[in-house]
Amino acid sequence: MSLPAIPNILKLKRVMRTPRRLQDTLLIALFLSPALILFLLFVIYPIFRSMYFSTFNWNGLGPAVKFVALRNFVQILTDKVFIKAIGNVLLIVAFSLGLQLPLALGLAVMVGRELPGRGLFRTFFFLPYVLSEVNVAIMFLLLYNPDPERGLLNAIVVRLGAAPIGWLSDPHIALFSIFLALTWKYFGFHMLLYLAGLQNIPIELEEAARIDGANSFQNFWYITLPLLGSTIRTSVYLSVLGSLQQFILVQVMTKGGPVNASETLATYMYRFGFVRFQLGYGSAVALYMFFFCLIFSLIYQRLTRRPDYLTGL
Amino acid sequence: MSRKIYMILSVLLIVSFALTACGAPATPAAPAATEAPAQPAATEAPAATEAPAATEAPAAEPVTITWWHITTKDPGLSDWKKMADDYMAEHPNVKIEITVLENEAFKTKLTTVLQSGDPPDIFQSWGGGSFNQQVEAGLLKDITADLDADSAWKDSFAPGALGVYSYQGKNYGVPWDMGMVGFWYNKDLFAQAGIDAPPATWTDFLADVKKLKEAGITPISIGEGDKWPGMHFWNYLATRICGQKGFDAAMDRSGSFSDPCFVEAGQKLQELVALQPFQPGFLTAIHDDMQATFGNGKAAMELSGQWAPSTEKANSADQKGVANLGMFGFPAVDGGAGAGTDVVGGGNGFAIGKNAEPEAVDFVKYLTSVQNQTIIAKNGSGIPVVKGAESGLTDPNMLQVQSTFAAANYFQLYYDQFLPPATGSVLNDSVQTIFAGSGTPEDVAKAVEDSFASESQ
Repeated sequence: MSLPAIPNILKLKRVMRTPRRLQDTLLIALFLSPALILFLLFVIYPIFRSMYFSTFNWNGLGPAVKFVALRNFVQILTDKVFIKAIGNVLLIVAFSLGLQLPLALGLAVMVGRELPGRGLFRTFFFLPYVLSEVNVAIMFLLLYNPDPERGLLNAIVVRLGAAPIGWLSDPHIALFSIFLALTWKYFGFHMLLYLAGLQNIPIELEEAARIDGANSFQNFWYITLPLLGSTIRTSVYLSVLGSLQQFILVQVMTKGGPVNASETLATYMYRFGFVRFQLGYGSAVALYMFFFCLIFSLIYQRLTRRPDYLTGL
Repeated sequence: MSRKIYMILSVLLIVSFALTACGAPATPAAPAATEAPAQPAATEAPAATEAPAATEAPAAEPVTITWWHITTKDPGLSDWKKMADDYMAEHPNVKIEITVLENEAFKTKLTTVLQSGDPPDIFQSWGGGSFNQQVEAGLLKDITADLDADSAWKDSFAPGALGVYSYQGKNYGVPWDMGMVGFWYNKDLFAQAGIDAPPATWTDFLADVKKLKEAGITPISIGEGDKWPGMHFWNYLATRICGQKGFDAAMDRSGSFSDPCFVEAGQKLQELVALQPFQPGFLTAIHDDMQATFGNGKAAMELSGQWAPSTEKANSADQKGVANLGMFGFPAVDGGAGAGTDVVGGGNGFAIGKNAEPEAVDFVKYLTSVQNQTIIAKNGSGIPVVKGAESGLTDPNMLQVQSTFAAANYFQLYYDQFLPPATGSVLNDSVQTIFAGSGTPEDVAKAVEDSFASESQ
């Protein structure tokens, strides 16, 4: 088979239109098909299967026969624990955007500068991201151990003369303790994103601003931050989606407890799907999660359509 | 120059970090459900053992039996294998394929094969709600006729234990181990608090808890992060207050789980929780933490099953555990309908898959013979359920468990195991709210009732 000759576009535009188009389409389909088949099989098909199962009361044994229509969806919305899980997820999102990302940005600006030993700092800050989530969770479980003789944090607290804190067992602070672990794990990743973004900003702009008399803060606020726009958008997007789907850390550290204090959407889904084996109900929860993520993605894309200063995209 | 040094340092850091990550502290995973004494180390070793070549051509057709069990550690692991080998030597036409799975891996893998409708011939079961669902889905084989045909075999089982593997009067499996939940206590700490005899009633029990607290000792160790350790308290209180009748009525729907006696069980539990008798951080502590606290002598007692002596030892800092360990049954509740001798417990059994050949049933019969049950008892793999095998038990604590269990007129499988899985999980979740002080006894009773009502539709 010979390669198709490069067509003279100007000449062939009208005459060859259909066959050429067809050829292109076939070629595209051919190259796309392996990925497309996998995508359809492992992403799209399961979504439709979930939709099907979500209309049943099904324990996973034998075929699903107890059809309940939309009852699962209604029940989920009336479950206080589900509402609590949504609240917790929103809290994690708020904390991530309000604390974790500014921290990452600040560190990125600092280690992006002429700081002695900045390479070392970069490595240090990025290290936690290398660890798997389960590792991080177990590490923090050890740190948070309520027994002052076994847990480092409580040992310090007791040494300072205070009563030991139930980092994970106190319903009021369990979620915050988990957020600390989350931040420790992920700020390095966002820092790396910002570092890459900073490198795209031409140094001339900052120099010009400095010549015009801008101080460091003005430089950051009026030059760096706006030019970092697209990176921040990406980082916020990843952070929100990650928070919406947060599972491993919470599951290993508290399983959503104590008494749902740190429940997230994913641990809620897991409980119904794989502890209670109410697979229909679990599928319905998964669909809610899917729609939340979808809706967020659509709205976010619409809101952040503003073109990027640097690339014009 | 300095760049290079930083580079090298960075690489070193990352490598060392990655290595530490690989060798992360071996925190044992929590056993997820009531039934299981922790079975560490995920070993999946399908060990198909060939039958010795048949010399004199047997008339019987060759049969392959698949057997999944979760005994990953010796001596149980080798005992099972030897029994299978011996059986195959006697029956040259039979080939037994053993698959050894770790507890959690077993549950996941079993769920998958059950969905495809192809269960193993013989597999681990704890009876109860999920067992019943397997029967309802037609995945298990009715072996009632086999048991009736061999009454010596049938009558050798403790009736309470055999009943756990039956559904609507028909048998689909047999037990090989059965134990009970009770209070394990540290005799030295009890003496230190001036308590000379274990409490017989709930009132005495609460008084002893107060005495222990006054002596500066944490009275009870619990792993409420796993939820089922606390469920045992509610379970026992309900068994003491409602009795068998009350529970059976709720099950057959002539009564309900929101009946006053179930609410009272929650109220009695509240009385205990109000005394703050648990170790710090008990709400997120897992079962291993609970055993560690007790094994390290940091708490005077724990409510736990027959696996307590071995797990408290394994989780203690010095691997020796409590020096002076004792056990007493759950105290009676004044005015309760249940007897103080009624027990809550559970154990292990063999479920028979729907495609099992008659040889598989015969092999299970061999596994549960007095001779093989004595081996299980002697090696501490379980508490035997067959008459005559208890002679193999040597540990005094195990003997006490066995005799208390045998003396009970009413044996109740753990509620969270006995009820449909969804209801069991609702029960575990809602009892935790009493421990956290955020739920009321009425809420718990109602949550269980609602779930059970919708499951039994």
